[in-house]
Amino acid sequence: MVPADLHYTKDHEWVRVDGDEATVGITAYAADQLGDIVFVELPEAGRSVTQFAAFGVVESVKAVSDLFAPLTGEVATANDALAGSPELVNSDPYGDGWMVRIRLSERGELDELLDATAYDALIAAG
Amino acid sequence: MPYGPHTADDRERMLAALGIGGVDELFADIPEPLRASRLDLPDPEPELELAARLQGLAGRNRTDLASFLGAGIYRHWSPPAVDQILLRGEWYTAYTPYQPEISQGTLQSIYEYESLLAELVDLDVVSASHYDGAAATAEAALMTCRATRRERVLVSKAVHPHYRQTLAAYFGGGLQLEEIPLVADGEAAGTTDLAALERLLGDGAPVAGVVAAQPSFLGLLEPMAEIGRLAHAAGALFVSVIEPVSLAVLAPPGAYGADIAAGEGQPLGIAPQYGGPYLGILASTDGLVRQIPGRLVGMTTDVNGRRAYVMTLRAREQDIRRDKAASNICTNQALLALAASVYLATIGPHGLRDVAAQGAARAARLETALAAVGAGRVHRGPYLNEFAVGVPDARAVHRRLLERGVLAGLALADVLPDEPSLSDALLVCATELTTDDEIARFASGLAAELAVHDHTAPTIPTPSGEPVEAAR
Repeated sequence: MVPADLHYTKDHEWVRVDGDEATVGITAYAADQLGDIVFVELPEAGRSVTQFAAFGVVESVKAVSDLFAPLTGEVATANDALAGSPELVNSDPYGDGWMVRIRLSERGELDELLDATAYDALIAAG
Repeated sequence: MPYGPHTADDRERMLAALGIGGVDELFADIPEPLRASRLDLPDPEPELELAARLQGLAGRNRTDLASFLGAGIYRHWSPPAVDQILLRGEWYTAYTPYQPEISQGTLQSIYEYESLLAELVDLDVVSASHYDGAAATAEAALMTCRATRRERVLVSKAVHPHYRQTLAAYFGGGLQLEEIPLVADGEAAGTTDLAALERLLGDGAPVAGVVAAQPSFLGLLEPMAEIGRLAHAAGALFVSVIEPVSLAVLAPPGAYGADIAAGEGQPLGIAPQYGGPYLGILASTDGLVRQIPGRLVGMTTDVNGRRAYVMTLRAREQDIRRDKAASNICTNQALLALAASVYLATIGPHGLRDVAAQGAARAARLETALAAVGAGRVHRGPYLNEFAVGVPDARAVHRRLLERGVLAGLALADVLPDEPSLSDALLVCATELTTDDEIARFASGLAAELAVHDHTAPTIPTPSGEPVEAAR
């Protein structure tokens, strides 16, 4: 069972909303599927991101995948720790492996995300 | 018998299994105008007649000339081991295989190429490899745009004109490319104009990268550290276009702050041949490792602790990233990279220094000999083994010297028509292969041509080797 208090996308990003800011990462399922993550390319603070558009790149030993923004807004901070320790995405995907904090501009977009039950069903279906 | 992977009968059975009437139906999705038309080839000829015809064509090549032509491609002696090793069939799959770790020998050869070149350019990362120096330079310029998220690149007019044309072709899709003019006269004539560079960096859109060549296309040594400093002060990256043999005696790009080095690998054991194939060298600092197109091979140990070579980084290549690849042209010129590796390994660091130093020494003798017959240098700045000399009616003299068995370098007006100061100039070069006899043939031939010319035109550079501008 994935954490119940988060929102999810079909592209396997998670979102934790805290006031006007949303913390974004990729789910444990996505990290497992990608394998050992060796590099994460994140946008710098101040860049705007658009819901469901690519905002960064995650590179594992097997593949390189785009990261899709779950919500529209401006990047408040990116997780600089991932530059030196990309393996945090594998070891703690919902915690220290977070990727960016986004200042939300379209709260209504949250309705377009999945809740924990729906996301669980998605990954169970493979 | 023509080679056929399958017989007519095989094809019939395959077509029947697919339920279609002919092979053409397989290509029905491709619009008619895009399909290959029939090749318009002459009828076959008997082998003897064909051989005689080809021999006749080959006989039109002039192999008797005393050549002073460089201009980006250089004649060097190559140890016979280089070609002998290249003849081995094991190397003939020029691409890195898609299950690369199976081919340890191929990976080792690429690893050694990358290691040798990294030492030569004094940068952290070398990718294997690109079509030629022009393509590598264009990729370097694109790297600066990706890394800085800026869209404007400045390139010195002293970078090879063909490289600048290639850059312009790559930048046709919306990126901005501007040329940095050259200093018109004085001690620094012919080198990149630093004041103009500073102005260009200060005006207009932010600059992603500055591209300059060492030695320059005109053979001159450029103020690379200064160019790099100005680029970095404006937040731009600095691309150095190098000639690899020169790095045995000149400061390498890593020593003067270049972020990326690009260049033509042909001088490293690859014969000058019409149009290539050649070898594009591309190297960068560690910080740009995810922007560099091509493949990076690393050395590690396997589970049993034995030395093993692995494909360390190819994640940004198009077989993985498709349209988001770092480049859609990063063909690995593995066989030519191997030639460069074998050349460097056999000739060694001292040998390479000798090659560069002998070229410089013979070029100095060439300068003296040409100046003595009235063809002095156009520029005053230092050069390594290539320089421009002022010759009235340079194109015609160049043509007539061919009849005297001398390939008098390159008439600069042919490639730099918009540089009036070079309209009557030849770009000439010497390498360790240049003999005193060849220099004497060139000088006496030129003396004879200039004497003829003397009756018709009054302006001739002074015989003392003074710059042409000063003489006018």
